[in-house]
Amino acid sequence: MILGLTRSWTLAGYIVAAILILPLLALLVQATMPDEAVFSHLYDTVLPTYIYNSLILMLLVCVGSLLIAIPAAWLIARCDFPGRKYFQWLLLLPLAMPAYIVAYVYTDLFDYAGIVQRTLRMLFEWQGPHDYYFPQVRSLGGAAIMLSLVLFPYIYLLARTAFMEQSSSLLHASRVMGCGSWRSFWRLSLPMARPALAVGVALVAMETAADFATVDYFAVPTLTTAVYDTWLGYGSLAAAAKLSTIMLLVIFAIVGFERFARRKQKLFQKQTGIDESDRHVLNGSKMLVATAYCSVLLLLAFVLPFVILCQYAVDYFAQSWSAKFFEYSLNSLYISALVSALCVTISLGLVFVRRVSPRRMDTVPSRLASTGYAIPGTVLAIGVLVPLTYLDFGINDIYAYFDQKGPGLVLTGSVCALVFAFCVRFIAITIGSIENSYKQISPSLDMASITMKQTPTNLLWRVHLPLLNKGIFAGALLVFIESMKELPAALLLRPIGFENLATHVYQYVSDEQLELGALSAIVIVLVGLIPLIYLNRSLEQKN
Amino acid sequence: MSTLSIENVSSAYDGTVILKQLNLALNQGEIVALLGPSGCGKTTLLRAIAGLQPVTEGRISINGNLLNGDGVFVPSEQRDVGMIFQDYALFPHMTVAQNVLFGVRGLSKLERESRLDEMLTLVKLEGLAKRYPHELSGGQQQRVSIARSLAYEPDILLLDEPFSNIDSQVRNEMMLEIRQILKQHNVSAVFVTHSKDEAFVFADKLALFHHGSIAQYGLAETLYHHPKNRYVAQFLGAGNYISVTQADEFTVDSVLGKINSTTPLTFNKVGQVVGELLLRPEQLQLTLQDDGNGTIVERHYVGTACQYWVEVGKQRVEVRSQQLHLNIGQNVQITAQVDPMVIF
Amino acid sequence: MKLLKSIAILGLASIAGGVNAADNLTVYSYRQAFLIDPILEKFTQDTGIKVDVVFSKNGIAERIQREGKLSPADIVLTSDFSRLIELVKKDLVAPIESDVINHNIPSQYRAPDHTWYALTKRVRNIYSSKERLGKLDINYEDLASAQYKGKVCTRSGKHPYNVALVASMIAHHGEVEAKQWLSGFKANLARKPQGNDRAQVKAVKEGLCDIAIGNSYYLGKMLADPKQKSWADSVYLNFPNQANRGSHVNVSGMALTKYSPNKDNAVKLMEYLTSPIAQQAYAEVNFEYPVNPQVKPSSLVASWGEYKADALPIYKLAEYHQAAMKLLDEVKFDL
Repeated sequence: MILGLTRSWTLAGYIVAAILILPLLALLVQATMPDEAVFSHLYDTVLPTYIYNSLILMLLVCVGSLLIAIPAAWLIARCDFPGRKYFQWLLLLPLAMPAYIVAYVYTDLFDYAGIVQRTLRMLFEWQGPHDYYFPQVRSLGGAAIMLSLVLFPYIYLLARTAFMEQSSSLLHASRVMGCGSWRSFWRLSLPMARPALAVGVALVAMETAADFATVDYFAVPTLTTAVYDTWLGYGSLAAAAKLSTIMLLVIFAIVGFERFARRKQKLFQKQTGIDESDRHVLNGSKMLVATAYCSVLLLLAFVLPFVILCQYAVDYFAQSWSAKFFEYSLNSLYISALVSALCVTISLGLVFVRRVSPRRMDTVPSRLASTGYAIPGTVLAIGVLVPLTYLDFGINDIYAYFDQKGPGLVLTGSVCALVFAFCVRFIAITIGSIENSYKQISPSLDMASITMKQTPTNLLWRVHLPLLNKGIFAGALLVFIESMKELPAALLLRPIGFENLATHVYQYVSDEQLELGALSAIVIVLVGLIPLIYLNRSLEQKN
Repeated sequence: MSTLSIENVSSAYDGTVILKQLNLALNQGEIVALLGPSGCGKTTLLRAIAGLQPVTEGRISINGNLLNGDGVFVPSEQRDVGMIFQDYALFPHMTVAQNVLFGVRGLSKLERESRLDEMLTLVKLEGLAKRYPHELSGGQQQRVSIARSLAYEPDILLLDEPFSNIDSQVRNEMMLEIRQILKQHNVSAVFVTHSKDEAFVFADKLALFHHGSIAQYGLAETLYHHPKNRYVAQFLGAGNYISVTQADEFTVDSVLGKINSTTPLTFNKVGQVVGELLLRPEQLQLTLQDDGNGTIVERHYVGTACQYWVEVGKQRVEVRSQQLHLNIGQNVQITAQVDPMVIF
Repeated sequence: MKLLKSIAILGLASIAGGVNAADNLTVYSYRQAFLIDPILEKFTQDTGIKVDVVFSKNGIAERIQREGKLSPADIVLTSDFSRLIELVKKDLVAPIESDVINHNIPSQYRAPDHTWYALTKRVRNIYSSKERLGKLDINYEDLASAQYKGKVCTRSGKHPYNVALVASMIAHHGEVEAKQWLSGFKANLARKPQGNDRAQVKAVKEGLCDIAIGNSYYLGKMLADPKQKSWADSVYLNFPNQANRGSHVNVSGMALTKYSPNKDNAVKLMEYLTSPIAQQAYAEVNFEYPVNPQVKPSSLVASWGEYKADALPIYKLAEYHQAAMKLLDEVKFDL
């Protein structure tokens, strides 16, 4: 720590944090506004169903993701079978798939009019829907499956790392004391991986809560879609804000659970990992089962939807390969790059102050700034628009006071609102990755640097920045892909007439013609793959 | 005027008092060891000197310049101190040359180069300027960190457990080598360690810490032979504590018999118990004797000497002896040679 | 610092790019841009006035309200009447006086206070499976009848087209009866409301249901799409309630915004949109019924036959809009 750190750093940190937390506060204020009884009407009629749907969906997706991810993580971390090296990172690919695209593709396949049911009808000569039972794709359960398919890699990644970091000697001890590998798994590995699993589950739950497009497409009304409908359908921002606060309560409960579970993480973390030689080499039927499990998972969660997407793109290439397509791609790239750069710059400042400041109060800004990640895009949009609109009017009032023609809606009428919302939502990622990188830098480097007459700014530029570059890069990449994918906030906050790839694809999904947007969807997926591959490589290097 | 002067320094962090009213003065070219178990506050004091730890009370000055106290706080980057860390704190993204020259400012390119050469020669790392820290051994890294902290000619050098990561085989040699470098350049240094052996080898003076205050400060010999209290005595070496009764002006009675002092005893309590006498294991001699006052109950061979545990009456005493031939069960006569007598 | 600087420049550039040039007309449209682009291009050619169209499926009224006097919007185009009513209710539109428009649009298709104008008519039809039901003489009321149990498909009840239909039911039968009808309708559904009108026709083709409600122009669009033609071919289009009050008609329309920066040019465009040439284009591109009586529907639309429209004035529906929304929630139509 730097005892001589001037208070201006602290002040700057608090100002930045205040700006980033502003949407949350605005939302709470908005929720207290009168809403012409819209909320009480919802409360009396559909709200219980919305809440029920939201909670059950979260529960199902978490359970589903755990069931999918734990065996995969265990196989990859602790067993050896053909293809293990490839599956290790291939199983991350589904993360790059937006859930609503997977949902669309599977609806196309499994709906009543889809090829699967058509084939069945032909084979068994069924006439109509009353002759047989087939589960509804567009249902709560269907949505849970789709979301599990694309969200399980969060848990897989964390569980895999946890399993790999469990030291061989512990397992040997357990083995020596007469526990077979199955019992060792239940009594040792799984409980030790619990903090990591909790973090994964919390992430999955938050992503589920934030999902808009999948449930919208499946006509499963949740709190997220309700916020959207209440705002735009009923035209009541106040009622939408009230719904949003309910949603935030749920989400902060999840965050609380995660914090609670992570409390013990230190206890379990070990430096020594598992040795290569300690992996069970699978043979015969076990090997087949393992390979088949990973292959089928990969096929369902990524390969099949992606291939179908490519098929769409090829069939409708002429219509999709247009100037518009390039415009939307550029919009997406430009917004994502801008957001990544902003997030990195701001988080670097916040985390630096936190690192070197001797004042306990300086830990607050980066904590506050990180809360944005928990706020779903639909909810955040309300929180962003309200204060920015006031600001816009304020700016124009100032111009008017000087008898000048105002600049119009500089904030809400431009991509500013969008960029701001994305920063609020994703800055936690860069804060997290930079904080993690900082943990690798010994504090004595700071002390060495300042005793050698370097100012705090010098310390940041000459020592920290070069050493943090990997963490910064990883964080920026993740923010980039998230910004490419983020839909609800983009949908609600884009300047009118502005489209990026995500809103463009969503429009076609909701018009039931994804075929025309397939090319854009492929770009989103491909851009999403880059950071995943990078992330995995750096993880492997660490191992 | 002393190089470093610490007056009544106290420090508290999160409501816990870490340093209590410390006083310490250091002359130019002296090496002082801050010695004590972990958590005693020795590192805190070192950091306070560097300006890395808040001081709640008292004054710290170097060469007469006030750094802390009376409302003054000079930030670390303006203190002109050099610091060497337990993990060496070499910048992993910089070469040896860049590391060494990190704190050097205001020199021409030519001067910088000659400073680098001078430093590398000093620490015997010629030819390694272009290497990165991870390409060096632990000892070499240590020497780079020394070179780095001497390169910008600080007023005082602060060393935070710098040898604890060095292999015990070469540690002694390393310490002597660095001590020689510091002496050669007449550098004043404050050295933190928890090992009395390191302190004895490396430092001129010891300041033994106990719960945030200095239990005793002085030359190593003084502390060893004239400990002010039992804590100091115990920290610096093993010892037997034997209850003694004053016999006359020069003699006390104990289970070992009469023990003589060369100087007159300060008490005037003939016939009364005056306390416990400190007897270091090497201050006792054993003679094989059938009617001796003790029996050997344990024996450990430690290379050049033997460590014996001898039962005398109800008491067990530890004796370090060059006599290697004694065995468990044999009766021995124990005699003590003490000068002067330390009685607590 | 270089990084910071370039970020600042990028940010400023994006602000500049986001604000529209002042002289152009700005149209906020609930209708897809491609439908009106050709018409607007022609308008620009004729008058030299450039038009920016920005499309949004949702939330335009909310947006204009929030933008207030700073809103760049001049004209709003909507795809149904409830959006027009919403604009009026929120006091976001300005009345206009134009003899041209009044001449082009019959009085039942414009607001009595001149705050909005209809552009096209769209009938809410009932499609029936050619194979299983044949052509029907059907009423909306029959959607709740037990004979169609498990055989009806529809999009979300909350969609403006359906809300308007429910509002018209309330207007004719009162709230209590309408609610009974809506529950019966829901009980008859073959599946949970989902998809758009097109998807309902597809479901009939696949045999998932036998009747579906949908706007007539979707049929025209499907016939024009090679992949969807077979869906359209599998259904008959039935004009409901022909024996009594007539079919429920919704309208697409336009309104001038209250704070329009270019009112004069905006009125010019609105006049143009009601002109025979623009109306013809509308009718052809989107298979809708033009409101300008001088313009005939396209030959395809004409081939569906004449129909009798519900005489209830459009603005009357507005009174029941909120009630219809609540009714849909009360019977949990979409859940």
